Amino acid sequence: MDYSSIAELFALAPRVQDAVRAAYRGDSDADIRMREALHVMRESVADGMQPDLKSVSGMTGGQAAKIDPEKALGGRTLARASAIALAVAESNAAMGRIVAAPTAGACGILPGALFATEEAHGYTEDELIDALFTAAGVGRVIAMRASISGAQGGCQAECGSASAMAAAALVQLAGGTKEAMESAIAFAMMNLMGLVCDPVKGLVEVPCVYRNVIGVANALTAADMALAGIVSPIAADEAIDAMGRVGSMLPEALRETGKGGCASCKLRVQ
Amino acid sequence: MDIFDVIGPIMIGPSSSHTAGAVRIGCVARRLLGCPVEKAEIGLYGSFASTYQGHGTDRAIVAGLMDMPVDDPRIRDSIALAEAAGMQFRFFEVDNLRDAHPNTVLIRAEGGGAKIELQAASVGGGAIRVEKLDGIRVSFSGKNNTLIIMHTDAPGVIAHVTSLLAGQSVNIAAMQVFRTVPGGVAVMVIEADDLPSSSMMDCLRGLRGVHTVTLLMKLD
Repeated sequence: MDYSSIAELFALAPRVQDAVRAAYRGDSDADIRMREALHVMRESVADGMQPDLKSVSGMTGGQAAKIDPEKALGGRTLARASAIALAVAESNAAMGRIVAAPTAGACGILPGALFATEEAHGYTEDELIDALFTAAGVGRVIAMRASISGAQGGCQAECGSASAMAAAALVQLAGGTKEAMESAIAFAMMNLMGLVCDPVKGLVEVPCVYRNVIGVANALTAADMALAGIVSPIAADEAIDAMGRVGSMLPEALRETGKGGCASCKLRVQ
Repeated sequence: MDIFDVIGPIMIGPSSSHTAGAVRIGCVARRLLGCPVEKAEIGLYGSFASTYQGHGTDRAIVAGLMDMPVDDPRIRDSIALAEAAGMQFRFFEVDNLRDAHPNTVLIRAEGGGAKIELQAASVGGGAIRVEKLDGIRVSFSGKNNTLIIMHTDAPGVIAHVTSLLAGQSVNIAAMQVFRTVPGGVAVMVIEADDLPSSSMMDCLRGLRGVHTVTLLMKLD
């Protein structure tokens, strides 16, 4: 029992999280490990919300605490999702303990999606763990068909993949159908396609921590479109394959070499 | 691919390749040495050489040399901890490695009278590949229990080793053999599903043509 596409994954069992569990071949207890991952994600939010946090380079840290959900233009849930994603990404930049999901550079997106909607809708811990299993299955398909490495496929492979994983998790938490989940994955993947990996000074900080914010915002809007019944004109597997092809077309300067894009800009501070 | 390589590893940031992978490379050097590291020379190549300070790659390698796991919060303070423990170490930049992966480390480590020299690369997502061991080209990831057997390149040595493993029902997941020159020093790298017992390790060491046997326990 294995899968190498979203279509195959969805055909394995009535519930996606059960298909991911059933196909797991490791020798450890998957539920215990996933629960631990969720706990570490929660701790990393608290760590990243400290106003005096600073990264080793000093370029980022302490910014997440500035976002006030009561004043945010996009509403409370989006503001909390943005703040949480930024907090976890800033904690990562400050050598905090995080869960790579799927990478360290994109580690804020899933916590942002899960914990902000948990605050709004009161999901249980078991529901969040089920959502992580589904996200893991989606990420595994992306890793096998395309890439989850910025050096190989650009930021679309890291933040884009995390966003697609989070979109699937959100649809599941909201009680959406598998068809809606499939469209949400496709929308998330399509809407960040082409995003380049261009870290200033080669460090996982600028623009990475802010890209976690667009990653989670993209996941929320992709899930909302799909839950509203909008069907993606492009299948999720097609969008994933296209992302992989775009990744291999990207010049080296835009694949984590710290040369092109934002990395070629002068910093306002320092 | 394991789902816990997708949701995971749980690690100290900021970079799976430049931090978590670097811890694992240090850890492999420590475990291959078989005792606490007293002295280490650490060469950084490519992207590791140009970005190591901002990524904490230096602290990560030293933490690995002290056998810390990738999610150990002490990684941040490993340099001070290593100095307090009396470990001598120095970093240098390497600019002349042919065909090496951009995230490559050279480590020469000493301790307890033993010495080891390895070249390893952090190949993405925290995964690593050891590429050279004591001057011999090898290739292993440390994800499985790995037996590293230095031996004389002569007929029958490999057969004796594998039949001994078979006799104790240790299943071989992957096996590679490398040598310097015909009849010279060779190395067998055997990745096993099962953990060889210490008595089997002694039997392996007693085989004709076998110089040294090291067991690298699989990395977390």
